[in-house]
Amino acid sequence: MAAVASSPAAYGGASFLGLLVRRKTVLFGAIILIVVVAAALLSPWIAPYAPAKLSLANRLKPPSAQHLFGTDDFGRDVFSRVIVAGRTSLTVGFSVVIVSTVLGVILGLLAGFFRRLDGPIARVIDAMMAFPDILLAISLVAALGPSASNVILALGIVYAPRLARIIRASTLVIRELPYVEAARALGVSTPRIMANHVLRNLASPILVQGTFIFANAMLAEAGLSFLGVGVAPSTPTWGTMISQGRQFMDSAGWIMMFPGLAVVLSVLSLQLVGDGLRDMLDPRLSKDL
Amino acid sequence: MSATPAQDSAPLLRVEGLKKHFPGRNGGVVRAVEDVTFSVRRGTITGLVGESGSGKTTAGRCLLRLVEPTGGKAVFDGVDLFGLSPHEMKAYRRRLQIIFQDPYSSLNPRMRVSGILGEALDAHGLARGKQRPARIAELLTMVGLSPEHARRFPHEFSGGQRQRIGIARALAVEPDFIVADEPVSALDVSVQAQILNLMQDLQQSLGLTILFVAHDLTVVEYLCDDVVVMYLGRIMESGPSRSVYARPRHPYTKALLSTAPVPDPDFKRERLILNGDIPSPLDPPSGCVFRTRCPYAGDACAEIVPPLDPIGPSHASACIRQTELVAAGIL
Repeated sequence: MAAVASSPAAYGGASFLGLLVRRKTVLFGAIILIVVVAAALLSPWIAPYAPAKLSLANRLKPPSAQHLFGTDDFGRDVFSRVIVAGRTSLTVGFSVVIVSTVLGVILGLLAGFFRRLDGPIARVIDAMMAFPDILLAISLVAALGPSASNVILALGIVYAPRLARIIRASTLVIRELPYVEAARALGVSTPRIMANHVLRNLASPILVQGTFIFANAMLAEAGLSFLGVGVAPSTPTWGTMISQGRQFMDSAGWIMMFPGLAVVLSVLSLQLVGDGLRDMLDPRLSKDL
Repeated sequence: MSATPAQDSAPLLRVEGLKKHFPGRNGGVVRAVEDVTFSVRRGTITGLVGESGSGKTTAGRCLLRLVEPTGGKAVFDGVDLFGLSPHEMKAYRRRLQIIFQDPYSSLNPRMRVSGILGEALDAHGLARGKQRPARIAELLTMVGLSPEHARRFPHEFSGGQRQRIGIARALAVEPDFIVADEPVSALDVSVQAQILNLMQDLQQSLGLTILFVAHDLTVVEYLCDDVVVMYLGRIMESGPSRSVYARPRHPYTKALLSTAPVPDPDFKRERLILNGDIPSPLDPPSGCVFRTRCPYAGDACAEIVPPLDPIGPSHASACIRQTELVAAGIL
């Protein structure tokens, strides 16, 4: 109680630093996330080899002191490629989360708040969810033209409907609660009610969905690249590395294992941090942190 | 509390023919509130009582346009609230406020008390800048909380304290009129009295006019100057609390009063027990809506919708057999 009362956060019960100290899993997640992001950002300086440098003499070498993660079928250094690929993969992942969250929240709030918009929006959402994700993404990229930013836009559109559905359902519940009625009785404007009352109470599902979308987006980007509608093949991404390394899974497993590990670590760490943030934003839970 | 003479001849609020119909299943119409007419005098507390499903809460919400009424008028200080555009209504939102029944769901769990009260101030541009913390502290003190409570979240308070925050929020905009929607029904009996006393004190010190929606008649008798009794969306009886309680002039009021406990073990009274439940407002009985449960219902009761007939100074009852029943010594 005292900790909550003295907390400087505008809302939410605890500060993020306090959270890191008290919750070891969140600290663990934050450290991994920082390492992964830092490695990707600093890759031009820390990569021991150029990611595209071929060395046919060193094909399919297992991990060693020269090649930490081994080499691939063209003799390229897997470690260098993994950290360079992190730039594109993480950018795609985070950007897709942002695009789909913005779209999903706007659509969900409008559908949940205004009865007249509910029918049309719900129908569009249902129609979009009827398509398999990857098929919808392919057709969108095909229509927009293949480029990294169009892949982000397409995947953002693909993942927006499921978030919109969750937001819509929760909005329908929250807008009938007495505290929303109280705000209406006070003459608080609808956009403010949406922000202060509805959105603030939706922080948890948005964070949880955001981490799912992040993981899915990185894998979907690999699928798109594999099919030739993703980012340019010359740019390594974790997804393309996994799909290209698949054919050597039995003989040279490290080629796909290390980019796979990078995906797993970044998703896991993001999820741990997301959980922590969710609890921090909920005053009822943050008291017990 | 005794009935005080009206300071002003015109009532602060006059509700005329208020109707609220909801679309029901299979194209039916739920007549939640039907032809409700009453007045609330300035500076008094009027009780709006009835069982659950009587439409009393819906009627209260209609007055604030939280539920859009189907028909009727609500003349507040000379202006029909139902005729105002949403923009014009916003100015009146400062003058009419509401206190909710459930102290848990009526406060946003993610906002601090300062944020909850601050939102009320912001909505009307009150107490900006440096005055804001002072005003929030003043509001909290008014409702018997301490200024330090402003930093806390709703879950850190008890039900009674939360209800005090709800009252402070309503008072933040300095309203003239408050709809109190069963403000003590969700509270422990020991806490109920504290909240009722607080409301009575605030009503007197701030000169508020209150419409007190309740199902508990003992609470209403203690607090209210006037009382309006509703059943299935219609008014059965209305009048000054003193005369309604001393001498109910409608079988339904009499039945309600006979179920209220009296703190006297030797007290014996004729009980008027009602059987069954309140009928569905989707298909209300013809004529008098109360006739299906009224022990004195006659054939004529199924034919005529009883008008609210005046029977004394500002006392009215909607029963066509009222004179007969009085003559027979039943009422």
